[in-house]
Amino acid sequence: MEKMIAQMNVLVNEEGYLTDFTQWNKEIGDELAGEHNIVLTTRHWEVIDYIQGEYKRESPLSIRKIGKSGVVDIKEFYALFPAGPLKTATKIAGVPKPASCI
Amino acid sequence: MSEFNGEIRKMMIILSKASLENVYAAFVLANGARMEGIEAEMFFTFFGLEAIHDKKMEHLHVATVGNPAMHMPTMIGGLPGMEALATSMMKREMEKLDMPGVREFLDIMKASGVKLWACKLAMEMFHYTKEDMYADLDGVITVGDFYKQGAGVGAHMLFI
Repeated sequence: MEKMIAQMNVLVNEEGYLTDFTQWNKEIGDELAGEHNIVLTTRHWEVIDYIQGEYKRESPLSIRKIGKSGVVDIKEFYALFPAGPLKTATKIAGVPKPASCI
Repeated sequence: MSEFNGEIRKMMIILSKASLENVYAAFVLANGARMEGIEAEMFFTFFGLEAIHDKKMEHLHVATVGNPAMHMPTMIGGLPGMEALATSMMKREMEKLDMPGVREFLDIMKASGVKLWACKLAMEMFHYTKEDMYADLDGVITVGDFYKQGAGVGAHMLFI
């Protein structure tokens, strides 16, 4: 389905995740973060960069992997993106929701 | 319409066994709750205490006897070395799935905000002290304390 985010018409799935990463830009990231009451700081953007990098390398994400990324530890990850950090961070980053259980 | 629509807000997970398959089931459930933004607390009682015992947690085994799903006759499962064999096979499969070991899993859960409680009665029964246990434990509490922790709308309790 289509959704208007940051004056852009983008394709999203029923959970609001972008289905075409090429449509993503930083303004869209900011607005999606706002929907989760998050104001993005430099730290958030570093994590988002990392997540997008992993997505481009087709490397699946998990909480364990985030913790070993060297970019952020698990505690800070939860503090930056409260209430389901992996789900929220991937949504803001414009990449698919990870299907990981760990 | 109330703000609460019956969604799960908190998982209270009681672990009473320390065979590897039960420990992992409990850990995945607790950690998975946090990943969904659901609060999670664990209560380790009876043999479940082994999962947070500093010297024992890394030597837990898969149960090969009394487990029909192993598709192994009980007599065979009871032979020396069978438990160790089944355990190393399971650990290898879990590593492929990027599953952490028991201690690292506890670290991940703590960092994710899972509260870890040891059962006071079981601690006394096994003559364990807090010093014997995982250092980052939230405390040693009674069953009554654990019920109090579970108060609130949308809290669910699970016994493993």
